Amino acid sequence: MTRMMLVATGLAALAVPAWADTLRIDWLERQTVPPPVLSNLEETPEDLGLAGARLGVKDIATTGKFMGHDYVLNETRVAPEDDFLSAAKAVIADGAKVLVVKAPAPDLLALADLPEAKDLLILNAFAPDDSLRGADCRANVLHSVPSLAMRADALGQYVLAKKWTRLALVSGPNPEDKAFAEAMKASLTKFGLTLEGEKAWAFDADMRRVASEEVPLFTQDLPAHDLLLVADERGDFGRYIAYNTWSPSLLAGSEGIVPKGWSPVVEHFGAAQLQSRFIADTSRQMQAEDFAAWAAVNAIGEEVARFGGEDAPSMRANLLSDKFRLAGFLGTPLSFRDWDGQMRQPVPLVTPRAVVMLAPLEGFLHERSELDTLGTDLRESTCTAFGDKT
Amino acid sequence: MIRALLLTTVLASPAMADEIWVTNELDNTVSVIDADSFEVLHTYETGQRPRGVTFSRDFSVLYICASDSDTVQVMDPNTGKILHELPSGEDPEQFVVSPDDRFLYIANEDDAITTVVDTQTRKVVAQIDVGIEPEGMAVSPDGKIQVTTSETTNMAHWIDTETHKIIANTMVDSRPRHAEFSPDGKQLWVSAEVGGTVSVFDVETQQELGKIGFEMPNIRPEKLQPVGMKFSPDASKVFVALGPANHIAVVDVATREVEEYILVGRRVWHMAISPDETKLFTTNGVSGDVTVVDIATRKPLKTVKVGRYPWGAAARPTN
Repeated sequence: MTRMMLVATGLAALAVPAWADTLRIDWLERQTVPPPVLSNLEETPEDLGLAGARLGVKDIATTGKFMGHDYVLNETRVAPEDDFLSAAKAVIADGAKVLVVKAPAPDLLALADLPEAKDLLILNAFAPDDSLRGADCRANVLHSVPSLAMRADALGQYVLAKKWTRLALVSGPNPEDKAFAEAMKASLTKFGLTLEGEKAWAFDADMRRVASEEVPLFTQDLPAHDLLLVADERGDFGRYIAYNTWSPSLLAGSEGIVPKGWSPVVEHFGAAQLQSRFIADTSRQMQAEDFAAWAAVNAIGEEVARFGGEDAPSMRANLLSDKFRLAGFLGTPLSFRDWDGQMRQPVPLVTPRAVVMLAPLEGFLHERSELDTLGTDLRESTCTAFGDKT
Repeated sequence: MIRALLLTTVLASPAMADEIWVTNELDNTVSVIDADSFEVLHTYETGQRPRGVTFSRDFSVLYICASDSDTVQVMDPNTGKILHELPSGEDPEQFVVSPDDRFLYIANEDDAITTVVDTQTRKVVAQIDVGIEPEGMAVSPDGKIQVTTSETTNMAHWIDTETHKIIANTMVDSRPRHAEFSPDGKQLWVSAEVGGTVSVFDVETQQELGKIGFEMPNIRPEKLQPVGMKFSPDASKVFVALGPANHIAVVDVATREVEEYILVGRRVWHMAISPDETKLFTTNGVSGDVTVVDIATRKPLKTVKVGRYPWGAAARPTN
């Protein structure tokens, strides 16, 4: 892990005049120290997300080559100990107009609320919080990463489609675990389902040694269930639950079958080509964070190629228009919801080795787009920053 | 002895029916279908992940894009033996043979390149930088223009076959998959899978003449994904394969209106027309079969089981 990248790296890049020929896209990242997890096997890639943005810029620059557009990615990575907001102010002062941001919700909101950020186009490629698409939505922020509600609804559709409706839940102690557990519960309510039982994961022992003894006992008093939902968004304890449960249990949620914006196992609809281009550039596999950044950058490229908005507000309007469609290797074109700025996208339900199903599942219908069966719909939305709802 | 055998084959051939050859992408084989009886006559081994397939203009050899073997294989269609391989660049997906039967224009999907190979010297003549994920390949009937479409760049690149330079780039809708010149060479049709449209261009000016959309009751618009296209024998219609919509659209060339949708197998990719011009054969990737459609009545006649993920199709007259 290199955390030494300084704010200054971004500022060193050439200042590009407007976007007559070259469009500057800013990557703004709040680096964080990965939380400790029980398994030492997996390391968070140092360029998680950023690598997707880099590939995205490479992709759209190839298109631009034939049309007389060029793109430059200005990378600013704020070290964990440094101040995010002052770094954000610095890149805006330097001329950033279109930003792809990897930062937790509080940092993202602080950036969006800067007076100088009012007319910027900010693409959230990281924070999945439902509040960012709801009460805390901001007119200048669009979201390429799927919300927790979208992922939870994908799983909810799967549960209904399989008719595996007896459900139990084990949720972890971290805020992101609680948020995902809440999203799953809300989705179950939406689809008319209820939990048979629920337990909080409360162990802090090292599960690599005692899982086989602790997990059977921990799960023994759960009511009979078809699926055991696990909320463990850091990938901490969930892996030790599989095959250690009291009764034979299929896992879903953060472990087992997982709803994700992207995964290395996504291969259809030409996805294998995107995967292999990503691997060729990075020598690692493409994760959901990388895809969200790739999709954000490619949305910008698509806007430039097809609409040619002259400034950030007009680009934003074009992205939100119902004519905008982005080919995202997920079988259905991606677009943006004009009531909360969320990118509509299919959500793959994956195991470590395969895509089990791709949500929205057949039969989940919607008056506008079946993609709107995932996540908060227009009528339920509490977002007011996007103007009058139709 | 061998000569005698050959003689027998040749003598026997007039009685043989025409054939439809289909690549099975996930089985590494080609299936040979009898165009009259619809029986699978042979299944021959190929390189890895065979996709694009075409005969030389004189039907003496079959070219196969073995994508994951990074080669174009040349097969003897009488024996199913691979005669030799052609340098193709990496990950060849689709190709087209020049009208004089000499050059192959190959889309190298992973490298954003169109490779031109001389089939006689077996050497690469040129490599042309195109957009990301080139796929659709077409050559004008006079051989002067080659068109490569790139899926992620969303363009048709018009290449001068003498200079190997791009003379024009035209934007089409998302994810163009296939390009086809009209037999008179005046129009170019390009299908856009994600955009859900087919764009028609005037070849002389490269200007768009029109765009065709598709609409079917009870099928999500996102599922209407045009891929392969084929002009009807009289050039008055174009058959458009609609991928996961599981239908072939019949488009009138003059009006650019969709006249009819024909139900075929699942995820229909490409097509071949029988040499007697009466039947259309469609490769159905997901259902692993080929649908035979009667062109006059536009009715499906039969489904022929082939290998896994049939992709490309090519017809060979044997008379």
